Amino acid sequence: MKAAGVILAIVGALGLQTALGRFVSRGTVAVDLVLVVVLYVALTSGPVTGLLSGAAAGLVQDALSSGVIGIGGLAKTLVGFLTGIIGTQFIVAQPFPRFVVFFAGTVVHAIVFMGLYVLLELRQFGTPYGAVAGQAFGNAVVGVLAFQVVELLPGVLERRRGQRARIRR
Amino acid sequence: MAILDIRQRAGYLFVAVILGHVILISAQVNTRSGVPILEAVTFGVFAEVQRAASVGTSGIRRVWSGYIGLRHLQTDNEELKRQLADAQIELQRQRALADRTRGLERLLALRDQSKLMTMAAEIIAAGATPDFRTVTIDKGTRDGLRPDMAIIAPAGVVGRIVIPSVRAAKVQLLIDRNAAAGAIIERSRAQGVVVGGVDERLQMQKVSEAADIVTGDLVLTSGIEGIYPKGFIIGRIELVEKNGPSYKRIIVRPAVDFTSLEEVLVVLTPTPARAAAQGNSE
Repeated sequence: MKAAGVILAIVGALGLQTALGRFVSRGTVAVDLVLVVVLYVALTSGPVTGLLSGAAAGLVQDALSSGVIGIGGLAKTLVGFLTGIIGTQFIVAQPFPRFVVFFAGTVVHAIVFMGLYVLLELRQFGTPYGAVAGQAFGNAVVGVLAFQVVELLPGVLERRRGQRARIRR
Repeated sequence: MAILDIRQRAGYLFVAVILGHVILISAQVNTRSGVPILEAVTFGVFAEVQRAASVGTSGIRRVWSGYIGLRHLQTDNEELKRQLADAQIELQRQRALADRTRGLERLLALRDQSKLMTMAAEIIAAGATPDFRTVTIDKGTRDGLRPDMAIIAPAGVVGRIVIPSVRAAKVQLLIDRNAAAGAIIERSRAQGVVVGGVDERLQMQKVSEAADIVTGDLVLTSGIEGIYPKGFIIGRIELVEKNGPSYKRIIVRPAVDFTSLEEVLVVLTPTPARAAAQGNSE
């Protein structure tokens, strides 16, 4: 059941990324929704689920891109595993620590991803610091918001139901 | 059973998965020819998901618009607002229709002007990752599309087909870091290679020291790489930096606005180089 949820989330993120990507101004997508899902799953479910979801999501994303299949998968596997360990070893329950984890996770992902391409002499990235920082910030904001929505939504719905019940009485 | 429980052995699993990735990457890096089967199959399957997502988002937008419209029907007073809103929406729709017609007319004019056999295609999705600049179009091998066919727009060159599936195709945009095209300066006929770069710009490389290039020069395709037809607009020279007699950096601003592309033309006529290669292979 949980695995199905993770797969659905990854497919949904991929669909959303490809569907909305063309509407974003300047053509530069500042958020990697798939990476956000991997980090979220790793933080909530631990290192094993994190690395498996990272590997699956990264491989599919690689296959849909024109790059080498496996580089994105490896980067996301590593980030998913490390984030899962952080999630189990430390208390990451407040927005700021979560923001830091999402931000750092994106930076590590970019370092591994770009580093492998440069190491294999397949691509040059120039000076991508601004782009990486922008994407890390975007991912962190979306990730923290996702946590807030998932955690607060049931309470809000419950309160509304309660209010409606009182009004009926 | 405990031995089989992989959850108890996260470290081993992590090493195994990383090792699998390394083997996968190594296999691809060693064999650079052709498209990997996994890539083609996955893209073919996911192109259908992208198509469904495209239809889904349009449907949701329609449902949402309908909901907003219904709310305006509640009171008589708001009836007038609704009519005004309807009129404005209609006006926008007509304007959008007119824009689309103008766009199609431009495509048609380009098709006639270029005397190339082309096919109009609609962009249905963007790239799956921000690191690669690709888009998906709604035509595939069923429509006669092949890898390395050029994609153009009224403003200029867009890119090339990298992976066609049955009903869709992935297009590598010219601004992708891996993209390149033979280029020629219209004014001085200086030649070079235009490659994708950062920040939506292109870089012109392999330019001779004796070449005459100044800011504002029009850059056209030279057709030397056998993908893009000769003489199509790539962009204009935006910046020229020299280091002594040699060129240090030449930046080209693409003629095409890649953020507002909706329809493109696929060039079906093979370039002379590609036609010769096909002739040899046959």
